[in-house]
Amino acid sequence: MDPVLLSRWQFTTTTIYHFFFVPLTLGLGWFVAYMQTKYYRTGDEQYRKMTKFWGRLFLINFAMGVVTGIVQEFQFGMNWSEYSRFVGDIFGAPLAIEGLLAFFMESTFLGIWMFGEGKIPKKLHAASIWMVAIGSNLSAIFILLANAFMQRPVGYVINELSNRAELVDFFALLGNFKGWLFIWHTISSGFATASFFILGISAWHILRKKSEKFFKKSFEMAAIVGTVAVISVGLAGHQQGQEMRKFQPMKLAALEAMWVSEQPVSFSLLTIGDLTGRNEVWSLRLPYMMSFLACNNFSCGLQGVNDLEAQYEAEYGPGSYIPLMVITYWSFRLMVGAGLVMLLIGFYGLYLKWKNWPEKWTRWLKWIPLGIGLPLLANSTGWILTESGRQPWIVQGLLKVEDASSPNVSGGMVLFSLLGFLLLYGALMAADIYLLSKFARVDPETEDIEAENMIPSISGSGK
Amino acid sequence: MSYEFLQVIWFILIAILWIGFFFLEGFDFGVGMLLPFLGKTDAEKRAIINTIGPHWDGNEVWLLVAGGATFAAFPHWYATLFSGFYPALFLLLVGLIIRGVGFEFRSKDKNIKWRSLWDWCIFTGSFLPALLLGVAFANMAKGIPIDGTMTYTGNLITLLNPYGLIGGLALVALFLLHGINFLNMKLSGEVLERSRRITPIIWLIAFVFLASLVIPTLLITDGYTQKGALIFVAPFAALAALLTAGYLNRAKREGWAFILTGLAVILVPVTYFHIMFPRVMVSSTNPDFSLTITNASSTAYTLNVMSIVALIFVPIVLAYQIWSYWVFRKRISVDSKGLHY
Repeated sequence: MDPVLLSRWQFTTTTIYHFFFVPLTLGLGWFVAYMQTKYYRTGDEQYRKMTKFWGRLFLINFAMGVVTGIVQEFQFGMNWSEYSRFVGDIFGAPLAIEGLLAFFMESTFLGIWMFGEGKIPKKLHAASIWMVAIGSNLSAIFILLANAFMQRPVGYVINELSNRAELVDFFALLGNFKGWLFIWHTISSGFATASFFILGISAWHILRKKSEKFFKKSFEMAAIVGTVAVISVGLAGHQQGQEMRKFQPMKLAALEAMWVSEQPVSFSLLTIGDLTGRNEVWSLRLPYMMSFLACNNFSCGLQGVNDLEAQYEAEYGPGSYIPLMVITYWSFRLMVGAGLVMLLIGFYGLYLKWKNWPEKWTRWLKWIPLGIGLPLLANSTGWILTESGRQPWIVQGLLKVEDASSPNVSGGMVLFSLLGFLLLYGALMAADIYLLSKFARVDPETEDIEAENMIPSISGSGK
Repeated sequence: MSYEFLQVIWFILIAILWIGFFFLEGFDFGVGMLLPFLGKTDAEKRAIINTIGPHWDGNEVWLLVAGGATFAAFPHWYATLFSGFYPALFLLLVGLIIRGVGFEFRSKDKNIKWRSLWDWCIFTGSFLPALLLGVAFANMAKGIPIDGTMTYTGNLITLLNPYGLIGGLALVALFLLHGINFLNMKLSGEVLERSRRITPIIWLIAFVFLASLVIPTLLITDGYTQKGALIFVAPFAALAALLTAGYLNRAKREGWAFILTGLAVILVPVTYFHIMFPRVMVSSTNPDFSLTITNASSTAYTLNVMSIVALIFVPIVLAYQIWSYWVFRKRISVDSKGLHY
């Protein structure tokens, strides 16, 4: 049993699982904060109910994000101790700052928000949910800046003596352009994920004619935010393509499964390779499209995998520098495909609002709950592309994954923990889905006392 | 500031983060362990959870920040510790996960079995991390097999030596006492009387375990050879604090009893860090293989940056955390209408 391979599996599974919950936390926090503020400003009872309904789902999801996040911070040291030694001087800083700035903020203010109603002035109570939303998004910013260093190392020197990368420019690390593209992309995805969550659940209720006014209001709000967010995600992704061309050309070539350099470059809608995976048998293509994605024009050329491999071998010594192409190729297409479908749903939602819910269009609503899964698919495949496209590197050009794992952690130990996490995470997922679907189906207008009692109440009128 | 000075500062800062974690999460671990036994009715159980409800998550962040600060300031310490204690940390993570989810999920269904399942998750998730952290710290002070490449060469069984186990059990007992003293301040009604009744028993257990930790700590570790008679101060102060806490409990001075127990709790990591300094991981294989604040540290540049960040943000964090305790300073009544679920 290869401990490196098992550690990779563990990191992959626990991180993807963690990231099912995180984007929803990132986005839904803003929604709940907005709704509560709106309630305090207007005294409109509807907004109080909205805060309660969506806030409760937010809390259930938040808990899952928090507990699975602890695993992330421990894993660098547990499974990747050589990585931690090599980049600790740089990578540790954003991680520590994330804890100090963001974790304290979101968890302390969440406690105040959950239990503080009636104990603190209303404005402070509303402010505390804003602090939660800001805190969780701040946390995303710092962890993304840390990850950006792995994609595009900046602000460092290699110290031959201590055999590690050392920080020389903290502001270069904070200003890493790659990182800010990530942040733009991810925070937008958070808004999109939350919007589609709201759209799906609202559609379900509207179809059943339960609390229609409540859910139409939620639906319309989410349709606007969601459409803008999806467009924003796409624009950020487009910028990332151009950044990738300069700094991670192999990832770009691999996501297109492009073996041979071309100019101009077409975009493959579907490529079938032969059994070796190194040759193209048949391909359906959009001409010039890849040039546009990578350079914002219709004429530029891109290096193919073969040329890049030769270059890397010359630069870094013999070995394979090619990521697993079937993964990069398909994860990119799934991500973009999911995004396009989301855009269509967003337009559909806007159309409903614009035309004031025409009867003949509302029958399509029954498909919208399925849309809840689309951002989850896009978020996961996006990260799979980002991380697997960097292989074999753990830090692009500086350290390989195979040299980064803990030498004293055996395959058996990792297998044990991996199976343990899978088992635990499977059980928690069942409990989480049970609770989310239970509370997503509650009718907010006729909610009974029992359900009232089970949540932090946003009670009190505008008095 | 000189490099050496920064390294000392960061050793102290990380120690403070651990001390803060032991003090804060110490009582909510204790409350978590007491939950299935102390609460007879569901409302009582809810009241018990609500004493720590607004705080436990913020308390736990102290652990995460201690980990993050160790990574940033002493990457080799972080790498050796986390890879070396792999199986123990895996179990610790499982504990923290089921506990955190338990607090949130428990009340979301009325089913008795559902609630009792999460009660036991909260119990396990409080007991296991307390035990494992106690074992880990005792071993860090005692010294563990570490080779010349800063790599831990033992396994989980190496850690489960008698001294390590006493360290673990003593911490569990201290957290129980710290937890029940917290409950004595926060509860009311019947459940409070029950909690007060069993306090002396838990006090006795905690005192016996602490005493049986103090003696081997002074004999087994190299604290005395390293630091001389100064090493006696913290452990004996811990025992004295615990004795005083016992007296204050009898005198019904619950606030002071809580503070004195807390003092005993934090003097445990103080003792360990005192023994270790300036080492951060003591090698039992060869003293020269030990990790120290010098050979495990980040560069002066990184330590400087982190110092500035800490200087700005630690006071802010402390301010709002203290404020959150101020907001929830009142006792909690066992009245299901008034309880937040």
